[in-house]
Amino acid sequence: MPLAKPTVTQIQDLAARYPSKQSAIIPALWAVQHEQGYVTEEAMAEIAQHLGLPPSLIEATASFYSMFLTRPEGRHDVVICINAPCMLRGADETVAYLERQLGVRDGGTTADGAITWHSTIECLGACGGAPMMQVDHRFEENLTPERIDAIIERLRKEPAPHAAAPKRAEAIAPAKPEKVRAATRPRAKKVQD
Amino acid sequence: MAIKPLLTKDFATENLEQLKVYERTGGYAGFKKALEMQPDALVDMVKKSGLRGRGGAGFPTGNKWSFLPKGVYPRYLVCNADESEPGCFKDRYLMEESPHQVLEGILIASYAIGCNLAFIYIRGEYLPQHEALENAIDEARQAGYLGKNVLGKGYDIDVILHRGAGAYICGEETAMLTSLEGYRGEPRLKPPFPAVKGLYGKPTVVNNVETVANLPHIVLNGADWFKAIGTPTGSGTRLWCMSGHVNRPGNYEMENGTPIRELIEDHGGGVWKNRKLKAFQPGGASMMVLLPEHLDVGLDFDAIQKAGSLAGAGAMVVMDETTCMVDAARRYVKFFEHESCGKCTPCREGTYWMANIFDRFEGGEAKPGDIDLLLDIGYNIDGRSFCPLGDASTWFPRSVIKFFRDEFQEHISEKGCPFKKVAQEAVA
Repeated sequence: MPLAKPTVTQIQDLAARYPSKQSAIIPALWAVQHEQGYVTEEAMAEIAQHLGLPPSLIEATASFYSMFLTRPEGRHDVVICINAPCMLRGADETVAYLERQLGVRDGGTTADGAITWHSTIECLGACGGAPMMQVDHRFEENLTPERIDAIIERLRKEPAPHAAAPKRAEAIAPAKPEKVRAATRPRAKKVQD
Repeated sequence: MAIKPLLTKDFATENLEQLKVYERTGGYAGFKKALEMQPDALVDMVKKSGLRGRGGAGFPTGNKWSFLPKGVYPRYLVCNADESEPGCFKDRYLMEESPHQVLEGILIASYAIGCNLAFIYIRGEYLPQHEALENAIDEARQAGYLGKNVLGKGYDIDVILHRGAGAYICGEETAMLTSLEGYRGEPRLKPPFPAVKGLYGKPTVVNNVETVANLPHIVLNGADWFKAIGTPTGSGTRLWCMSGHVNRPGNYEMENGTPIRELIEDHGGGVWKNRKLKAFQPGGASMMVLLPEHLDVGLDFDAIQKAGSLAGAGAMVVMDETTCMVDAARRYVKFFEHESCGKCTPCREGTYWMANIFDRFEGGEAKPGDIDLLLDIGYNIDGRSFCPLGDASTWFPRSVIKFFRDEFQEHISEKGCPFKKVAQEAVA
């Protein structure tokens, strides 16, 4: 899927804004993820073209950072911290509850495509409000079973947070997640060749 | 010791994130005063104030500034807003509540070091804080605090807000610069230090969010005023991020030197559920554990170091008597394993190995030699890694083995976690 015009313009503006166009790589990846929901190899090639850099540079950078998604996920992104400060205030129990309520394992997407969730050992910076999670990158703190239920109910109804996200929801094939994964990970095949 | 809120003194003011409200509380007066001064005089002032970096290492800020080689331009300022140390959430609070205070500090620092383009590297997870800073930058630009010929004083300054994408290592200053240049966030060899060869190979200063937030107050009130707050070697206040088993977790601004007891007992309301304090950890995931006997140590870089830990980035993780210290250490080790950038072998392989051994302890498969094996691996990572990430991954687990070795033994003899068994029996 080629990038939308506003995204292309944004990438070109970014390249002009920094003293080095290479510095625009991470912001450009964000712009693409914002538009398409995840970053494909095709999109990385397009970023490379607009920045006048080799595609390998874009891929090398993108693969280092855990927040860049390489395959479509649910409309909403839920991340729950299990690092020590959160553990002390019941993060493990909260994770177990969330897993039960959503009916999918850590890293999975609910059958209706509404929520992809995973636990993380990376501290999210809300230890004072533990147990906590981030919902679409916004903080939900001092979680209780009741609060989690309310959040899940809201997310099941709400559209994806980004303007261009309905496209992202369409792209999801919840029944065949393995196929989607294979389609967006052609790089492993190349290595085998 | 009485608390003198400095950074948070106006945080009760509604809509402080708006420029007009911030100006009413005295905002940007520090920057205006700074523009009337010679940059060198500003550097001297900050040196005299004794301000030390709030990011973790506690390096004197004014000295850092004065390391820039004379006559080499352009120079860059990078504000480190990549707060990711487990246990720390202070920079987030400062950016949320008073983004203009942070921005004003950046403008003052930029002017002092002769920089015309500053960067804020903010972690990708901090989206609301990103938005708060973005608004602040827009407002400041419109008001003429930012841009060409600022306030008619002939000084040009622009600020780029740069969003990271989920890598703890980018909080390390050279990894941050590499990331800002668009590469994988791997640290660089020092020397050359960023002050000499930093961003794009140019002289660069990297300062933490809380460090720069102090600058407007220092400029307005003077170096002597700031020096009088806190301890002789630790001027000012610090934000302490208290979490874990306390009644009132949260951010507390404390004058440096205040006893740890006051923070935990008076402000945090003491250990929750009427339980006893087992241990606490200042500084964040990296730092060594301390015991109840250390409660009267002052909240200060030097005092905490003397007690056997480090003040780091100002976290205070409190653990009550029911805490499994092995599991706490396991979480931190797994965190470092996850965040190791993979550049150097001791850290990449060592953290992975330690994490495996910790899993054995929790899973009831640990062998008698595993405690010493952990110490041995730790010894071989610490001081042999490329950057402090590897070193720091060993400090907490090694200190836990030192003070709580019997808990590791119990995990071996009981073939699993004794604390989880107690909890399960209580539920049953």
